[in-house]
Amino acid sequence: MNSLTNYIKSFTLWELLKGMALTGRYMFRRSITVHFPEEKTPQSYRFRGLHAQRRYPNGEERCIGCKLCEAVCPALAIKIETEERDDGTRRTTRYDIDLVKCIFCGFCEEACPVDAIVETRIYEYHGESRHELYYTKEMLLAVGDKYEAQIAKDRAADAKFR
Amino acid sequence: MEAQVLQILQFIFDQFGAWNAVWGIIQPAWPVIWTLLKIVAIVAPIMIGVAYLTLAERKILAWMQVRIGPNRVGYWGVLQPLADGVKLLFKELIVPIRANKYLFAFAPVLVLAPALAAWAVVPFENGMVLANVNAGLLFILAMTSLGVYGVIIAGWASNSKYAFLGALRSAAQMVSYELPMGFALVCVLMAAQSMNLTDIVNGQQGNAGFLNWYLIPLFPMFVIYLISGVAETNRAPFDLAEGESEIVAGFHVEYSGMGFALFFLGEYANMILIAGLTSLFFLGGWLNPFHGLGIIGAYTDMIPGMLWLLSKMVFILFLFLWFRATFPRYRYDQLMRLGWKILIPFTLLWVIVVAAWMQTPYWVWSSVQG
Amino acid sequence: MNLETILFYLLSLMTLFSAGKVITSRNPVHAALYLVLAFFSTAGIWMLLEAEFLALTLVLVYVGAVMVLFLFVVMMLDINFEQLRQGFWRWFPFAAVLGAILAVEMIEVLGNAQLPAATAQAAPHAANYSNTKELGRLIYTDYVYVFELAAVLLLVAMVAAIALTLRHRQGTKKQDQSEQVRVRRNDRVRLVKIAASGKVAATEIKQG
Repeated sequence: MNSLTNYIKSFTLWELLKGMALTGRYMFRRSITVHFPEEKTPQSYRFRGLHAQRRYPNGEERCIGCKLCEAVCPALAIKIETEERDDGTRRTTRYDIDLVKCIFCGFCEEACPVDAIVETRIYEYHGESRHELYYTKEMLLAVGDKYEAQIAKDRAADAKFR
Repeated sequence: MEAQVLQILQFIFDQFGAWNAVWGIIQPAWPVIWTLLKIVAIVAPIMIGVAYLTLAERKILAWMQVRIGPNRVGYWGVLQPLADGVKLLFKELIVPIRANKYLFAFAPVLVLAPALAAWAVVPFENGMVLANVNAGLLFILAMTSLGVYGVIIAGWASNSKYAFLGALRSAAQMVSYELPMGFALVCVLMAAQSMNLTDIVNGQQGNAGFLNWYLIPLFPMFVIYLISGVAETNRAPFDLAEGESEIVAGFHVEYSGMGFALFFLGEYANMILIAGLTSLFFLGGWLNPFHGLGIIGAYTDMIPGMLWLLSKMVFILFLFLWFRATFPRYRYDQLMRLGWKILIPFTLLWVIVVAAWMQTPYWVWSSVQG
Repeated sequence: MNLETILFYLLSLMTLFSAGKVITSRNPVHAALYLVLAFFSTAGIWMLLEAEFLALTLVLVYVGAVMVLFLFVVMMLDINFEQLRQGFWRWFPFAAVLGAILAVEMIEVLGNAQLPAATAQAAPHAANYSNTKELGRLIYTDYVYVFELAAVLLLVAMVAAIALTLRHRQGTKKQDQSEQVRVRRNDRVRLVKIAASGKVAATEIKQG
């Protein structure tokens, strides 16, 4: 009996028609596409995009060259060299992030004891060669300077969960 | 038709007072020119149809997947096919090392040409046909069976094992599905008692509208013809030739630029051809589906027949796209099983059923002509 | 010299050329493709003779199906040409005699045939003359036994070919598609309600 119904079902293409009814119904659904350049999806304040180096309000760079981020980076994308400055503090002479290697896991941000390296909400950046996606300290600081307001706001929003 | 075109030509050239001189030159070759004009009049709309079928496919697939589809190039994406064509034209043509250059270049043409040549015997309305051949149905079968050469030659001439294996796969598929297609058409020609396509459509004329179509007595054959048509054109769910989500491509992996585009032109031209043939064989071609059905029939009779044919073709093409949006791809052995173990025995059985049915008085679809 | 004559000579030349190429091509695939061309131009000639049914059947059956299978086989061959040319002169006398006999036979047959004079025009057919219908009438009335015999012969050959080559190999991982298609979800999947942890019993597992 069961095999008979299966037989009839397969010869009347019942299941195929059921499938087509489903796709047919979906054809009249409203499309949920986001028209990207004009519309954007809402972002979380924890969004992990392009990296930035932050400064203190007095203009001093936050990074103390502890190399925790370099150590934790699973993709080995960070390269740091440090030196003692005239005032006796340790500062980086080189802080490079290779964005081609970076997997945007956010570990560097978590590891940083002074909130110096952060990931911003920026995701629409590009480079036309690998070289252009190799971000140096100056570039990272420039990003940080430009978006400091947003970065600070996001850190404040996330502060109570840390 | 011919006289009207001549009149228009004469009117145009009379503006320059050059009609007599021009006519003197072209008169000996006029039959050839006239045929060429007719060919252009058939091929140009098909090519435009192919271009916009790609857009329709992307749009409809998008809607069924709750997306919006192409909408950037021109309003609603109407210039998208043009942009695609221009892009493919400017792409570099790459010929693989030690490939057979002539056959490599010839193969895409061989895919497209039969798809267009078959239109020679397709009538668009009563008497509107390029060549009213008596064995038109056979001509169509012969032409569609030639498309497989493009596939085989493309795979072999590429000098690539992937292309070659892909070619074997799709060629075997196309040859297998030609058989149920042919048997389904045998039923049609038995019902129509003619192989002339105009006669086949006229055989479906009657006072009961769509009930006179061969769709009703030959419904299983209609379904099988559609299925094998989808398989014949290598469309989803039988698109193992392309298999975009599993393998890179089959026989046309080594093609780029316009050679690649020609394969797709051929595929879509074949789709339009199958849609046209299905509507001619089973859906009464240019006949009004409501003819003779009271007041609706009287009003809809005013719609020109070609529009009916066009709307039927559009419906079949929509089915093609709908299938693609719905069904997952067949595995190769399942594909062969469906073709050889289900479709062919079933069509053979139905040929006998129809033959027996036609001997009984319950067969009411007899054609008018003897 | 009207269009038909021009076409005839064109197609004949094409047929002869491609037929010659079939036996002179070094590449077997090229030879097969030239054979396709030869079939095609022959079909053209038949078409000129108003034998459209035969012409189209030639294209459909030989070009569309038989030659495709030929090409399948030929393309997969890995032929050693050096080995192939060995022993050419050894077998040449035998082949020459065979060829000569064949040629003499063909000349005899064609020479004695009662061919109408080449210049005579065939009587034009009526407008509703159907080559297909006439052919069908002849095949199924006058020559029905011969035709059926040929069909049976083909069937026997087909069955024999399959019977000779069919072998059931042991140890292959061949799938039985019919069995796979018959399988229903309930044959393979069993949904079991299991308590998610010690305390909470999962009672709300939805069966999809």
